[in-house]
Amino acid sequence: MTHLIGTWIAAGLTLAIFSFLYKDNPMYNVAEQLYVGVSAAFAILYTWAFDVWPMLIEPMVMGRGAASTLDRWILIVPTIFGLMMLSRWIPKISWLSRWSISLTVGIAAGLGITGQIQGVLLPQIRATLVPLNNFNNILMVVGVISTLIYFYFSAVHKGIVKIGARAGVVFIMVAFGASFGYTVMARISLLIGRLNFLVTDWLHLVK
Amino acid sequence: MDIFKKISNIDRRLIYTALGLVVLIPILFKMVLPTRVSEPVQTAYDYIQNLPEGSVVMFSVDYDASSEPEIQPMLLSMLRHCFTKKHKVIMMGQWALGLPLGELAMAAVAPQFDAKYGTDYVNLGYRPGQRAQMVGLGREFRDFFKVDYRNTPVDDLPLMKGVHNYNNIDLLVGLEAGNSGDEWIQFAGARYGLKIIIGATGVIAPDMFHYMQAKQIQGLIGGLQGAAEYEVLVKKPGTGVAGMVAQSWAHLLLLGFILLGNLGYFVAKRRKN
Repeated sequence: MTHLIGTWIAAGLTLAIFSFLYKDNPMYNVAEQLYVGVSAAFAILYTWAFDVWPMLIEPMVMGRGAASTLDRWILIVPTIFGLMMLSRWIPKISWLSRWSISLTVGIAAGLGITGQIQGVLLPQIRATLVPLNNFNNILMVVGVISTLIYFYFSAVHKGIVKIGARAGVVFIMVAFGASFGYTVMARISLLIGRLNFLVTDWLHLVK
Repeated sequence: MDIFKKISNIDRRLIYTALGLVVLIPILFKMVLPTRVSEPVQTAYDYIQNLPEGSVVMFSVDYDASSEPEIQPMLLSMLRHCFTKKHKVIMMGQWALGLPLGELAMAAVAPQFDAKYGTDYVNLGYRPGQRAQMVGLGREFRDFFKVDYRNTPVDDLPLMKGVHNYNNIDLLVGLEAGNSGDEWIQFAGARYGLKIIIGATGVIAPDMFHYMQAKQIQGLIGGLQGAAEYEVLVKKPGTGVAGMVAQSWAHLLLLGFILLGNLGYFVAKRRKN
C-alpha cells in the first residue's frame, strides 16, 4: 500500500513538473517548492545522522571510537570553528566566521593545488609526450599545442601565432560540440527515465 | 506567413510533444536496437572480469535521484558482474542523497547471488570531507567510518576486518554526477595508486576521456549508452538497453529540428536580402 501511494505521489509530481513545458502554473510551483523543501529536510537529516552524531557527539560525549581522552577532546577545536561559522547570522560577531572560512579555503587550496599538479597536470603532460608515429597521436599533439597557442595572450595573434590560434579554436569547438552532444544525451536520458516510470511503474502499460 | 519563416519559428510546445512521442513509443512497444560495445566500456568490463576471485571492489555512489536513469543501470550491472565473479563489495558515497539508491540497487541484486551483508558486501554510508576524506581513507578507513550505514561497528563486519586503507582495495568504481570523479582520480588514484573505473552521466563523461587516454583510469562508462553497453556485456539487458531506441529516435528528431530551423532561417534571410 505504501509503495502504491508513493508511486502515485511521484507520478503526480512528475506530471506537475512536466506541466511547466506548457506554461508556468500553480501545480508546477507546488511541486517545485515541495522538492526544495524535501531536499533541504533530507540534507539536514543526513548532516545530523552522518556528520554531527557519528563524528562529533558519539566520540566526544560518549567516547565511542575515541582511542584516548585527547582524541575525545581535540574535537572541541572543529566544534568551535563550526559554531563560529554560524556567527554569520549575528551581525555584531559575524567577523568570527571569517576564521572558519579562512581555514576551509586554506585546506581546499592546499589540497586543490597538490591534487591538480599530481593528479592532472603531470600525468596529462606525460600522456601527451607520445611518438608522432600515427594519426591519432599527431592530431592530439597538434590539438594541445594549437589550443595552448589560442590561450597565449602575451603575443599578438598575427602570422604563425594567428594560424595556431585559429586551429586551436577549431579544436575547442569540436570539444564543445562533443560535450554538448553528451549533454543532450544526458537530458534525453532523464526524460526516458521519467516516461519509463510513468508507463511501467504507474500505469503498468509495460511489463 | 512564409513557410520558411514558419519552420524557423516552430512553437516549442510542438517540439516538446514530438520529443515526448518519439521517446514514449519505443518504450511502450519495447523496441530494441543492437548495441555495439565501445572500447572504454569493454576495458572496464575486462578489468573487473580479470580481477582474482574475492577481490575487494569499492563503489562510490556519487549521484542522486536526478541522475538515476543514467547511472542506476550501471550500478546494477556492475554489482551483478562483481557478485558473479564473487568479488567483495564495499559501498559508500560522497553524495548523501544518493545512499538510498545504493541501498535499493544492493537490495535488488545481492539476494540473486545469495550475497550476505557483512561478509560479501557492506555499505559504509556517507561521511563529510570529500577531498580530505579521500586522502584520509588512504591512511585508515576507521578514521572516518567507525560504524557502517546501519550503525554496526565496522570492526564487527567480517569483510572489513582486513580492510584498513587503499592497499586493501583492488578497485574503486566511482559513479559520478559531479566532480567527485576528478577528485577520486586526483586524491586516491594519483596519490595512492588506487585503480579506478568511472561511470559518469553524459554531462560528466566528456571530461573523463582525457583520464582514460592518459591511463589514469581503467575504464569509462559514459551516460545511458555506456550503461546499455555494460548491460549487454553482463547479458542482463535492463533500462539502459530499453532506453537506447528512444535515445536514438530523439537524437534523430533533434537533428531534424536543427536542420529545419537552420534551413528556415537561412532561406528567410536570403529572401529578405
